[in-house]
Amino acid sequence: MYDGGKIITGVVIGLALLTFPFWYNLGRAVTKADPKLPTKEKQCVEPKAYMKTKHMQLLDLWRDSTVRAAKRSYIGFNGVKYDMSLQNTCMSPDCHSKKTEFCDQCHNYTAVVPYCWDCHIPPKEEKPKEVKPKEE
Amino acid sequence: MNIILSLTVSFLAVFGLVVIAFLGVWAAHLDVLFGVIIPYLAVITFFVGIVYRVVKWGKCPVPFRIPSTCGQQKTLPWIKRTYVDKLDNPSNMLGVVGRMFLEVVCFRSLFRNLKLQFGDGQYVKYTSAKWLWLGAIVFHYSFLIVLIRHLRFFTDPLPLFVKVTENIDGFFQIFLPTLYQSGFLLGAAVTYLLLRRVLDAKLRFISLPADYFPLFLILGLLTTGILMRYVLKTDVVSIKELTMGLIHFNPVVPEGVSSLFYIHLFLVSVLFAYLPFSKLSHMAGVFLSPTRNLSNNNRMVRHINPWDYPVKVHTYEAYEDDFREKMRDAGLPLDKE
Repeated sequence: MYDGGKIITGVVIGLALLTFPFWYNLGRAVTKADPKLPTKEKQCVEPKAYMKTKHMQLLDLWRDSTVRAAKRSYIGFNGVKYDMSLQNTCMSPDCHSKKTEFCDQCHNYTAVVPYCWDCHIPPKEEKPKEVKPKEE
Repeated sequence: MNIILSLTVSFLAVFGLVVIAFLGVWAAHLDVLFGVIIPYLAVITFFVGIVYRVVKWGKCPVPFRIPSTCGQQKTLPWIKRTYVDKLDNPSNMLGVVGRMFLEVVCFRSLFRNLKLQFGDGQYVKYTSAKWLWLGAIVFHYSFLIVLIRHLRFFTDPLPLFVKVTENIDGFFQIFLPTLYQSGFLLGAAVTYLLLRRVLDAKLRFISLPADYFPLFLILGLLTTGILMRYVLKTDVVSIKELTMGLIHFNPVVPEGVSSLFYIHLFLVSVLFAYLPFSKLSHMAGVFLSPTRNLSNNNRMVRHINPWDYPVKVHTYEAYEDDFREKMRDAGLPLDKE
């Protein structure tokens, strides 16, 4: 090989860059998305498969409908009428009341950062109790 | 091969790949084959193939420096050399690094592309032709950004540079899910590069299926990717389980992943496996361009051709020794009496 040193160095650098995902994940635990479904409410506004892949488009539609057309009622796939509201319908206390246990599960897993929360306020959740320094 | 045949062959090849993946998953349920075995084989082929090619190139001697440059080479001290000359016609390593950097990162050779035109009367003139450069640079950088964005399926947690890339790419927050500009810029660039081959008579003449096939393959990848993200939608969580399984060498094939995803994955597997065998290996080859990566030191260093073998020579002295008597008899002048 001519100029072997330089070429092999280049190949090693190239391979190191191209195999980035393999060595980056070495020794990292395999995580899994584990969204907790609500216990009280059993039925969503649309079937599960639809919600799994297209919920963002539905929410986008709801946003446009309420904010721009002032239409607030939505007929679900089973004929039930719902109020189009992220905070009051989707995330009502009886439904997905905890953002961290539902939304964040898949979003964090697939590294999606939805901009819902630029405007909306997620429902308050009890934070794991921290040991507070005593005030005296 | 004429244009119609070339286009048909390469289009049918890509279309055939789509059909194979679709039927394989939708009808024959070969999820494991298309989701695990073929991607692994493709990645192995890619790495082994590209290293093999680079080593093969490395074994070719480049005995002499090829100074096909436009700059003044290093010579007598009173001949002026500007920094442009030092970059274009380098005499040392630093200049070569600069020239290679401009070549690899800025595509300088394409930037210097010229167009020959008829001027006044019998004169011809050369004008700047930057469209190829623009198309190429948009294409390559969009592709790079698309690749970096795809790391979100192959890393957990996400490295910072991927997050930053995603944020910049989706800067305008148009549409939901956020529209990534790079995908559409890539589409525009591939379309331009394809139309360029089809519409320019000179290029059409020299284009072969090997030129059209990668373009169609990338268009197919792009279409399936854009459909998956913006239109038909897929179950991203299951897909990440599959991709992370591949990365951790612990493959899993989740239920409910659409066949569109498998088509996308099959096309990208074909692209990876095809890369070392095709012109796409310029990805590695650009670093081994002899006209770019060697300094022009022909006047300073003696380069010996490695394939010169010892030639048997018969010197004049030996010749004279052999025929001295006869030469003297014939009256020929002799060096040595």
